[in-house]
Amino acid sequence: MSDTTNNNDKYRSVAYYPGCALEGTGNGYDVSTRAVARELGLGLEDVKNWNCCGAMEVKNIDPGLQTYLSSRVLSNAVNLNRQDVVMAPCNGCYHNLKKAEYDLAHDPKSKEVVGKLSQKAGHKTYEAGQAVTIHALDWIKEAIGEEGLRQRTKGKLAGLKVANYYGCMYVRPRHIFPEKDRGPGSESTSQPHFMDDLLAAAGAENVSFPLKTACCGGAHTLSDSDMSTKLVLNILHAAEASGADVIATECPTCHTGLEMHQVRAEKRFAKKTSVKILYFTQLLGLALGIGPRKLGIHTNISDARDLIIDKRLS
Amino acid sequence: MSARHPSPLPAPAKHQSVAAPRSLAEIEARIDEIGAYGENPEATVRELLSLGEDVLEHWLLARGKVPSLETKEDFRLLALHRQGAKGDPSFNACRETCRELAYHYNLVILEPEHPDRKKRARLAAMIARHLCLFVSGKIQIAGLGEFCCASKPLRAGGE
Repeated sequence: MSDTTNNNDKYRSVAYYPGCALEGTGNGYDVSTRAVARELGLGLEDVKNWNCCGAMEVKNIDPGLQTYLSSRVLSNAVNLNRQDVVMAPCNGCYHNLKKAEYDLAHDPKSKEVVGKLSQKAGHKTYEAGQAVTIHALDWIKEAIGEEGLRQRTKGKLAGLKVANYYGCMYVRPRHIFPEKDRGPGSESTSQPHFMDDLLAAAGAENVSFPLKTACCGGAHTLSDSDMSTKLVLNILHAAEASGADVIATECPTCHTGLEMHQVRAEKRFAKKTSVKILYFTQLLGLALGIGPRKLGIHTNISDARDLIIDKRLS
Repeated sequence: MSARHPSPLPAPAKHQSVAAPRSLAEIEARIDEIGAYGENPEATVRELLSLGEDVLEHWLLARGKVPSLETKEDFRLLALHRQGAKGDPSFNACRETCRELAYHYNLVILEPEHPDRKKRARLAAMIARHLCLFVSGKIQIAGLGEFCCASKPLRAGGE
């Protein structure tokens, strides 16, 4: 993954695994991802009969079952869709599919459990190496590339200051992402930059944002909401102090957390922040000339209408 | 100074012996206090680095470990983080937060006349606050703290 001018045909048509969040609170991410794909002429084929990746709930109780659930998604992509690239835009799904891939390649016990459960469920067992899981950032970076985006967007995001927020799961743990940290052009696990690269190609000015991989407090949302709110508020304050107009996100859980706790921070702690929160696919969609409604921006909690007007993004 | 990695600048040696650090709530309050003023950026980042070490000591002490006095890349903060992540890879979620704190410390100390020095110190306070909140949350989730006395017997009893 090192070509900045693009055009990796392997990624131009991929199996799309939206995951549960993109059918619910992250709907704007799903809508904008599909709209951007159409505009760029990229093929997205939903994984047939997909299931939950195991997320946190199953993983915390039975890691073996979580590996199986993720492997079933990969099995369906390979055997039902006949695809060998699976694109997962959610950090949680992406992480779990990558982890399943790693476990099946390195842990005989995981392989045994997945084999037994697949047989019991009556579908083909996924074998490590049959497919590669990529994130939505990898997908656009590889299929279109920065130069391709530059040509199509013509600097439409010029004047927009963006804090790129990746969250803590996109690059962790490092060992399940063997394609990262491979030198120039590859993604970095310590300072991820793919989202920065894509939005810069569309003309945006990326601000130096020290909390780009910091925890959003998602794990505390139910057990200690105040803790989550404080963590998010700190991220919002840091983005504003960095000079950002908008925080770009690439994970539905992080995005929803930022939006919800921005509102909660004002109600609970009387701390108002004005930085906007948009999915990176919504920003790219605007740069490509797609209307805000077609990008699901109206479904966000964060009201970005003023920003879109002020910056002449639509 | 383009790389976001700590430079060889020695961080101030702080604790020669490890005493019980102040509470996490006190640390958080102190970070808020100095982050709000920050008139002296150099003194601010020195104290923030020290507070960051206190935060990590809490995590280690809660897990029954003796906080290290060693340094990594000249920062005790980074050595403490590495020690804290041993046996708990999820603690690496704050690895970059620690490195950003060290980086901002370097920015302020190495470029004391930089026009952005106050902004850098203010950002350092936000980074330190994030570390403090994250560790506080981790201690809660791990059931190591006294965050809820009513639930402690259940947690301590296990299954």
